[in-house]
Amino acid sequence: MAAWSQALIVIALVVALHVPLGDYLARVFTGTRHSRFEQLVYRTCGVDPDGQQNWRRYLLALLAFSLFSILALLAIFLFQAHLPLSLGHPDLPFLLALDTAISFTTNTSWQNYAGESTMGHLAVMTGLGVQAFASAAVGMCVAVALIRGLIGHSTHELGNFWVDLIRCVIRVLLPLSVIAGLLLIGLGVEQNLHGAQTITTLAGGSQTLIGGPVGSWEPIKLMSGDGGGFFNANSAHPFENPSAWSNPIEIVLMLLIPVAFLRMYGRMVGSRRQGWTLLIVVGILFALCTGAVSWAEHAHPETASLAAGAASEGTEDRFGLPGSALFGISATGTADGAANSSYDSFTGLGGGVLMAAMMLGEISPGGTGSGLYGLLMAVLVAVFIGGLMVGRTPEYLRKRVGVGEMTMVVLYALVIPAVILICSAIAIALPAGRAAMGNVGPHGLSEVIYAFTSNVNTNGSAFAGLSANTPFYNIIMSIAMLIGRYLPIGLVLALAGKFAAQRPGVVTVGTLRAHGVNFVALVTGSAMLLALLNFLPALSLGPLAEGLH
Amino acid sequence: MRVRGRLAVHLAALRVVVVLTLIVGLAYPLGMTVLARIPGLSGPADGSLITGPNGRTVGSVLIGQSFTDAKGNPIPKYFQTRPSMAGNGYDPTASGASNLGPDSIVDTLPNPADKSDTGKLSLLSQICQRSKAIGELEGVNGARPYCTADGVGAVLGVFRTDGLTGPTTRVVSLNQECPVTPFMATYQGVRVECAQYGADYGHAVPTPIAENAPTPPAVPSDAVTASGSGLDPDISLAYANLQAPRVARARGISLATLSSLVDRYTTGRPLGVLGEPVVNVVRLNLALDQQYPKQGA
Repeated sequence: MAAWSQALIVIALVVALHVPLGDYLARVFTGTRHSRFEQLVYRTCGVDPDGQQNWRRYLLALLAFSLFSILALLAIFLFQAHLPLSLGHPDLPFLLALDTAISFTTNTSWQNYAGESTMGHLAVMTGLGVQAFASAAVGMCVAVALIRGLIGHSTHELGNFWVDLIRCVIRVLLPLSVIAGLLLIGLGVEQNLHGAQTITTLAGGSQTLIGGPVGSWEPIKLMSGDGGGFFNANSAHPFENPSAWSNPIEIVLMLLIPVAFLRMYGRMVGSRRQGWTLLIVVGILFALCTGAVSWAEHAHPETASLAAGAASEGTEDRFGLPGSALFGISATGTADGAANSSYDSFTGLGGGVLMAAMMLGEISPGGTGSGLYGLLMAVLVAVFIGGLMVGRTPEYLRKRVGVGEMTMVVLYALVIPAVILICSAIAIALPAGRAAMGNVGPHGLSEVIYAFTSNVNTNGSAFAGLSANTPFYNIIMSIAMLIGRYLPIGLVLALAGKFAAQRPGVVTVGTLRAHGVNFVALVTGSAMLLALLNFLPALSLGPLAEGLH
Repeated sequence: MRVRGRLAVHLAALRVVVVLTLIVGLAYPLGMTVLARIPGLSGPADGSLITGPNGRTVGSVLIGQSFTDAKGNPIPKYFQTRPSMAGNGYDPTASGASNLGPDSIVDTLPNPADKSDTGKLSLLSQICQRSKAIGELEGVNGARPYCTADGVGAVLGVFRTDGLTGPTTRVVSLNQECPVTPFMATYQGVRVECAQYGADYGHAVPTPIAENAPTPPAVPSDAVTASGSGLDPDISLAYANLQAPRVARARGISLATLSSLVDRYTTGRPLGVLGEPVVNVVRLNLALDQQYPKQGA
């Protein structure tokens, strides 16, 4: 009972907050005035904030920014021993530095290292911290550009990447981080620049407590869809997630911006009903996943859980199983990938549901920004199928979904599953890939598929048993993350360009209405169908084989 | 013109990275560190440290500790924390979980000829071993389903004529290394063997056997499973109640006195539904040391 009430409280809070935040976001991205501080930033960086970009220029700016982000992170990691506040940690080896730089720039934050024994405070603040803001902002920019394409009228203009990026950071992410950060610090999250402090425990042993700027890291880690832990234990660590109060707040932070983007979308396309319609789709998918994972964790049908009496291995007492399951599904459904328990120790089926939440393409509610554009891709597939069923040219928001547009959508829908399955197959086929598994049998296979699902979808959630800090995994994961992030972004921006160039058609009686029960069912069904068709064979060899034997 | 345009974009990109680093990479975290000095926030910001009877810092209320002696045996006058996978136990420099899945039921046996080889326990055997040890410490029945009386996972490797099906030809108790006597003598009419180090049981079907055990087991589940962080400072009310008589005896105080103290360090569910009720072991043990220091050691 408490379990469901807790989920309902979290969901009610997110729904209540998403309205004002979504309205605010719409104002941020449609406003034409620049604040003084922003003007100063634009002058310093040498960009013209009033210049419009077509999709190619928008993409070029985005890629250039990402390239220098990766280079900046690489430099910080490779020379961190020489930086202040390094806490004595050595420079990172090249392949680990490369994997980590790409991981944080692509908003994946897969970590092939343990935070407390690898990263100095400055590397966290100026490296990971900056990219937590920036990578989230990049996702938001792409979603906003797609919306501008949908509402554009015979134009090539999609906005200005630099302005969108800076506004995301300064007007949205930074103020929210300050508020949420102070709240979390008040609840027990530490915020200091101390190094390691060795103390004598009550029983006379010694213990080394690790200080750090966790309170400034935590909110942006959660809101950005970044999800990388300051500590190895991520949000299971008491300094990252100290109490039964902070846990639901952290879940809300993960869900808030992706859900508010739906409201913003409704506002920007001039139909709040659109926002609510998509929210219902997201709500259905989220409820299905939450219900499934909660059921799996409580039914605990596997031996070790039966012996323990509950699936409590890898969970923290203060959150309990419902608090862990809800956090888990929120982290995989949002592309955040944070963890307040060990997902590797979830039941076979429970872990499978977490994986499935990512395989849906992270649209329930998906990543910061990326959730919305992922969902709109599912919407376009639904519209296309719907159009075929009634025998009309598919249209969405008075824009035709023709051959050119559908090519982009289909490529988007196929790229991610193809890369996940190909990379998993390579890993399973090679000894270097198999050696990293922490468990044997179907569970070991789950670890590998989970890892690539997480990497290619730029989620960063982990079945942490996989020891992936090896040359093989660092390289293949770097490639997987780059493809999984930038190829879909390129396709989305190209699609935005195609839509923007169209002249809106007229709504006739034959046009598929983009709301109502039929539409919700069509979109939900298309999203699930795509994921199932792509992944069912792989899922049945891993989590299903484990959970149903 | 095209080249110059592209160059300009890259220059702008570089400058934006630098400016963002200054704003959100330095100003934001340092500003937050300064803001966190205001009264009310500075305590948690510093890590919720606590001071012991001697005036020195003895830890953080949020970070669990081991309450064991140098040999790793539990000290009876302290409430014990949950099993921990952080380093050698409650090591904040190595937070983390076991990452073992619930079908981890077969141990890697140690080489009897090599004293330094300890093998690798499956999650099931770890649970069984902890439950047995806690049962003995607290004077209750430590038996659990799927655990043998000697505290390993009760798992038979069953060989059948056709692999997964057919009549049983041979049965091995996979987690009981010879010369241990297997927990059951026969299975489907076939004598159960103990497991030989180095033997290949890959073709046997691992079959967990539900042994007789009280339901629910006397030792609660959080006492036999490792936490996600390895630093969990809390235990369930059930585990606190199980330990209370032993601690009261060791401290020479009444169970009623101790129970009221346990209540004081119990956190219920906020709003009645969030999280789980827990007892903070670090604060509880500190209070015990301060109020009932009795009997050295």
